Amino acid sequence: MYFLIFKLPYFQIFKLTKMAYSEKVIDHYSNPKNVGTLDKSKKNVGTGLVGAPECGDVMRLQIEVDDATGVITDAKFKTFGCGSAIASSSLATEWLKGKTVDQAVQIDNMDLVEELNLPPVKIHCSVLAEDAIKSAINDYRKKNGLEELVFEEKIH
Amino acid sequence: MLKLPIYLDNNATTPMDPRVLEAMIPYFTEHFGNAASRNHPFGWEAEEAVDYAREQVAKLIGADPKEIIFTSGATEGDNLGIKGVYEMYASKGNHIITCTTEHKAVLDTCKHIERTGGEVTYLEVKADGLIDLKELEAAIKPTTILIAIMYANNEIGVIQPVKEISTIAKKHGVLFFSDAVQAVGKIPVDVNKDGIDIMAFTAHKMYGPKGIGALYVRRKNPRVKVTAQMDGGGHERGMRSGTLNVPGIVGFGKACELARLEMAEDAARLSILRDKLENALTQIEETYVNGNREHRLPHVANISFKYVEGEGLLMGFNKNIALSSGSACTSASLEPSYVLKALGLGDDLAHSSLRFGLGRFTTEEQIDYTIKSVSETVLKLREMSPLWEMFKEGVDIDKIEWAHH
Repeated sequence: MYFLIFKLPYFQIFKLTKMAYSEKVIDHYSNPKNVGTLDKSKKNVGTGLVGAPECGDVMRLQIEVDDATGVITDAKFKTFGCGSAIASSSLATEWLKGKTVDQAVQIDNMDLVEELNLPPVKIHCSVLAEDAIKSAINDYRKKNGLEELVFEEKIH
Repeated sequence: MLKLPIYLDNNATTPMDPRVLEAMIPYFTEHFGNAASRNHPFGWEAEEAVDYAREQVAKLIGADPKEIIFTSGATEGDNLGIKGVYEMYASKGNHIITCTTEHKAVLDTCKHIERTGGEVTYLEVKADGLIDLKELEAAIKPTTILIAIMYANNEIGVIQPVKEISTIAKKHGVLFFSDAVQAVGKIPVDVNKDGIDIMAFTAHKMYGPKGIGALYVRRKNPRVKVTAQMDGGGHERGMRSGTLNVPGIVGFGKACELARLEMAEDAARLSILRDKLENALTQIEETYVNGNREHRLPHVANISFKYVEGEGLLMGFNKNIALSSGSACTSASLEPSYVLKALGLGDDLAHSSLRFGLGRFTTEEQIDYTIKSVSETVLKLREMSPLWEMFKEGVDIDKIEWAHH
């Protein structure tokens, strides 16, 4: 995360922090999609809890999978964090619904950045959302006797 | 009719009082002279205006006009006061005592002094934001030349025990500097009763213009001198060179006069509004007031709303209410407020804080609107917060092993 900030000239950081929120971020913040909780005791529900209160961001993202087809039938989130963190997780749940688990693994944080027009200082919010997706998928795989996937760690 | 947006960030800066502007206007065009031009009427007019303003400023803090050095603001005042003493009294010692909740203009000046060979002790503050006087006294050494402790804190509004600090300083023959930016013009400050030797303050925090401030430098008991930090024409008794900002000084003087006359009334009214705001918001579960509530500026409240993040919270109403947060999610450091952390607050509570700074132009209607907006947003975001859900289910969040980034 830090290297991105320092690459920018000072005035640009100022501009970006001042104008941190795009229309889409504001829309997701004001009308978040899929806020809620799925029953984590169910075998076909995967839960990912990422971030830390001290860092100012905690995301919990859950998926419910149709065992027969591998399609994600429902996704819910709850997020403690800034507007960009809330928007990233809200958008992630929208994208997850209807995808198969294998397709969901492909969601990249930069897709969220692009869709939400996140400024560089907010990229870590999208990375956190990607981590939450992967963590939920691994939780689902573990519950169903599948090997956990190993992901390359992204810089926050 | 309520006009939006509402300004509740008066600790950052205050709007200028129209009466101040009125006093300043002639000094931009009609009376434009250089106060140092001694041999024509243009200069005389400017000098007269500066002298009058100097008296207005001095009167507000119980000083002699000769003890007022005009500066560009409190950052310059902090630099001049601390570096100036450090250099002037180098033969006596090189040790300075300050505290961890000071403004960056003081802390970074002290860091600079450390790099040039000085020694600085940074006192911790207690959980209520006040320093421990015993620790202060114990930190004094034979080489100590200066104690630099702020009058009132900019983030939480707590007022340090200035009189007790000055008593300790006097007892040990150490000078006492105070950054009084948030206090002057808001509460009674008297350099003699308070025993302050050097004090920095600024106009724009008290309904005056930006770009003008003053450094009080005591002339008697003891006579204090500071080494100039800028070379030039030797203005301001040789302590601060540079052509005087006459319109700014006139405005500063007017702002000081208004503050002296209206401070008591403003403070009484604002403390009622602040208490109304604070009492209403702390009705919400799991909200905490930061800092000592007894020794505090009448117009400031700093509140943590646990389980919601400050920046996310601000986003809920920052189109309509201007506030500051202790969370620093957008700043390059990503670190929450160092002042709140110095009180021993966990990073999570520091991230969840808002600072309310009321001012002369704050109305009850604005406070009512703020109470409603902030409460609604807190409740909405808690419904969205996984931490709130865990808290409600009785999960101990501190016992969870969080993955740190």
